[in-house]
Amino acid sequence: MLHDIFIAPFQDMFSAPDFLLQVLWEGLVSGILYALIALGFVLIFRSSRIFNFAQGIMVVFAALTLVGLHAMGVPAWICVLLTLGVMFVLAMAIERVVLRPLVGQPDIILFMATIGITLFLIGFGEIIFGGENKVMITEELGIPTGSWTLEPFGGLLILEQKDVTAVVVAALLVIGLLVFLSRTQMGRAIRALGDDSQAALSVGISLHTIWVLVWFIAGIIALVTGIAWGARAGVSFALEVIAYKALPVLMLGGLESIAGAIIGGLMIGLLEKLFEIYWGQPLMGGNTETWFAFVLALLVLLFRPQGLFGEKIIERV
Amino acid sequence: MLYRTAGQYKTSYASDQAVFPVRQDAILLGIILLLAWVIFPLTASEFTFQTLLIPILIYSLAALGLNVLTGYAGQLSLGTAAFMGVGAYACYKMVTLMPWLNPLVAILLSGAFSAGIGVAFGIPSLRIKGFYLAIATLAAQFFLVWLFEKWGWLYNYNSSGAIQVPNLTMFGVYVAGPQASTIVQYYVVLVVVSLLTWVTINLTRGTLGRTWKATRDMDFAAELIGINLMRSKLTAFAISSYIVGVAGALFVFMWRGAAEPNLFDIPLSFRILFIAIIGGLGSIMGNYLGAILIVGLPVMLNTVPEALGIHIDSATVEHLNIMIVGSLIIFFLIIEPHGLARLWALIREKLVIWPFPH
Repeated sequence: MLHDIFIAPFQDMFSAPDFLLQVLWEGLVSGILYALIALGFVLIFRSSRIFNFAQGIMVVFAALTLVGLHAMGVPAWICVLLTLGVMFVLAMAIERVVLRPLVGQPDIILFMATIGITLFLIGFGEIIFGGENKVMITEELGIPTGSWTLEPFGGLLILEQKDVTAVVVAALLVIGLLVFLSRTQMGRAIRALGDDSQAALSVGISLHTIWVLVWFIAGIIALVTGIAWGARAGVSFALEVIAYKALPVLMLGGLESIAGAIIGGLMIGLLEKLFEIYWGQPLMGGNTETWFAFVLALLVLLFRPQGLFGEKIIERV
Repeated sequence: MLYRTAGQYKTSYASDQAVFPVRQDAILLGIILLLAWVIFPLTASEFTFQTLLIPILIYSLAALGLNVLTGYAGQLSLGTAAFMGVGAYACYKMVTLMPWLNPLVAILLSGAFSAGIGVAFGIPSLRIKGFYLAIATLAAQFFLVWLFEKWGWLYNYNSSGAIQVPNLTMFGVYVAGPQASTIVQYYVVLVVVSLLTWVTINLTRGTLGRTWKATRDMDFAAELIGINLMRSKLTAFAISSYIVGVAGALFVFMWRGAAEPNLFDIPLSFRILFIAIIGGLGSIMGNYLGAILIVGLPVMLNTVPEALGIHIDSATVEHLNIMIVGSLIIFFLIIEPHGLARLWALIREKLVIWPFPH
């Protein structure tokens, strides 16, 4: 038993290093997608203290809109622009109809409201686009679909080109976002609102504009995630469950930290894949990916209650 | 006029601290109990029992359990469905291992298992707070549902992986399983729900309830005035999980008749959280109002298009339902974030001085 837990998995890893690399690569790719969803959460949480549960359904909704528009015969790149427009309208509508009347309510109420948004979008999306699984328009968007085969350690390592594209695009998006947040006026306004909303309001930063902007950025991130994940697994409402994976990422990385979201996402992606392949499937009947991330985050949190990168929690009576 | 409180004097401390200081409230409760115990069973159809009365009671009980934890002790939990599952599976194991056990006793005992697991998953609450804790309870949610699926012993290794409720008798009457009549099941549910509600009302009024409320309002301050936070939080987890576990056992044994692991998935947790929040956190009555709304609404929405003579196919109706429930949740949060119970309190305040508002 102890041998199975502590020795055999590592023996497996060293005896087949190419397979280990393949597992790590798979983990890295899903980790990046978790990180992207978590990034959407963090942006909204920092600027408005709203725990936005609707991020997952926004991913689905963006991908569905893109595919749906293309099915109507619109050229692929115009579809992307139109989808961005839809996400902007969605951001405006959410701010106007849901968030504005709920300003200043307790956190849990806003959290519940985002679950309300989630339900609404599920119903709305199913009525407009139908619930069946759809194929992402990968080739039409110019994403390469082939794969590279490497031969490290005399073995075999297959890298799907669309995964490589996803990694590169995600990296560019994150860099772009960091530049936007630190170099532009709007970006600084977002960070100011996150640091101290009262002070930010008093120097003339408009809460409503920033909220629309932040939700729109979350919408852009959702679209990128939707394209990347849709290219791997197809577009359906089942995608929504990957939003749950972003939650342990947030716990691990801290709710306020952008770097934490990225590092946490990669860590969770890698570790849950490793655990599933080397411990979960042989010893526990598989499918451990549904809970591993949560239990890992829970254990980390027991020692660092604010997450690995979160702001230190200082409480006063 | 109807709600005049004038003339109701309190002449002793006991009467001042009564559960219902105003006579009209007691009368109202009497009417509700009369409806639930006598009028509904006499008049309701099989359909009403199955789609409205029994589920409303069971969901209210689950929401009541969650409300003890979230509304009174301030610990947000998203793992309610998993604890319901623990109750249901514990009850199933007990009645299959010990067929001679009285079903009512089995249902009430199954909550104890849920309470034990609730305490285990509640331990992180001593270090983790707020949304971090909410996500931590998701660990319980996903892990336990996975366990229900993978641990064959829980469902007696049957090939379907689901639990089937056997025929159970109590005093010679079938109370669970395919042969039980709905009205008997309704009464079993009603007995359990009434009993646990009565216990909970008194718990929340007593020392324990005040300890919870102090912990909720500001845990550091509570600690400074000598409240043992560990005991307060863990008792909240234990009692909440107990009630939720019993609700889970009722859910499967008195209503669904069978359960697969994914029945206890996260949408059920959210449904119960909705009931508790729309009803009103920190209120007992709110759970019932919330359950009536959340359970009753889809039933109503299903019958409305037919009544109007419009034919929509059932898939569209279902999607419309989800959409409307989503928007109604937002709507109710906007008009009254403190829930339907608060709305009732406002109406009551107005009624007391009606028709002369000054």
